[in-house]
Amino acid sequence: MTERKYPPFTELGMLSLALIVVGGIYLSSHIPQHVPLGPAIALLIASAAVMSVNLTLLRRVPGFAWPRFYQVAKWALAAYLFTAAMIEYAFLRDHLTGGPLVILTLSLIVYAVQVPTLIAFTVARYDTTSSDPADGSLA
Amino acid sequence: MVEIAAPPSAAAESGPPAAPRLDFEIVPRKGLAIVAVVMVLLIAAIADNKLWPLEFFHVAGGAGWTIIDLFLGLVLGPIIGRMSIPARVEFTTKLMPKMVLIMPTVVTATLASGWQLSTMLGTNLSSSPEHGWIVASFIVVGVMAVLALGLLEPANVAVLFELKKPKPNGEVIERLMKRFIYCAGVLGVMQVATLVIMTKLAST
Repeated sequence: MTERKYPPFTELGMLSLALIVVGGIYLSSHIPQHVPLGPAIALLIASAAVMSVNLTLLRRVPGFAWPRFYQVAKWALAAYLFTAAMIEYAFLRDHLTGGPLVILTLSLIVYAVQVPTLIAFTVARYDTTSSDPADGSLA
Repeated sequence: MVEIAAPPSAAAESGPPAAPRLDFEIVPRKGLAIVAVVMVLLIAAIADNKLWPLEFFHVAGGAGWTIIDLFLGLVLGPIIGRMSIPARVEFTTKLMPKMVLIMPTVVTATLASGWQLSTMLGTNLSSSPEHGWIVASFIVVGVMAVLALGLLEPANVAVLFELKKPKPNGEVIERLMKRFIYCAGVLGVMQVATLVIMTKLAST
């Protein structure tokens, strides 16, 4: 099987997710004490930066199956936005406010974007038939 | 742990005509209705904030999650590896679409109800004597989440897209299924740590 050379998209995506998860654990393990937000902010920025670099590197891959990528990503995004909204609802239900709420909300946004891109990349990297209409449905 | 050979379509690359396109839904539509019902009930349980519904979702979801991971990774995975290639393809096309719906649902139900339950019981407060165990469970779940979301779920979806193609690439399916089964095995082993932590919490 001949294969196009790709950047380490999955590895970087998992790193971005791991940074978000560590930030979430850091914040949630301090409740309800006052928690210094610096480390959580740094982890969030690092995660978002890794995700941005990852997508930028992918954009440079010639001939990448972007139609397939977007087709899968939009449905996965809908699903993961729903789960992110559920988590956000739980935070609001528990009266989380202020800095921790902002950081956790932004972390959820990164999560809701990162996971669909990982799924979409894994599908699109093996795509050979983007123009095949029978391949276009998720059902 | 598992040897997963190429499905019949791999042979198609070297000459014989392609097998007929497999007819299955990547995301089973009927299952979406069941998922929606579970999610509505889960939201109601969190909003109600009563012990029994939260405990039900956490225990039932956690049991489902743990059993599926252990069974898939340590029992079913090796069996799939020893099945004939057509049987393996048929089994995969029937199992994997269901996994696309089941796993995110049980994981969401377990974690969302678990967080609310620990908030209600106060075990996620840093003043709780159980706090160390709770943080340990966060770490175990965090590692599992990164593996499941970064490796397992994308492989699950990608293998279904590959099987949908007129001429699926056997090498791609083999690679993705290996990733899926190995990942499920690792998660299954990590579930043992979850069992230790949760039984410890329930016993104190």
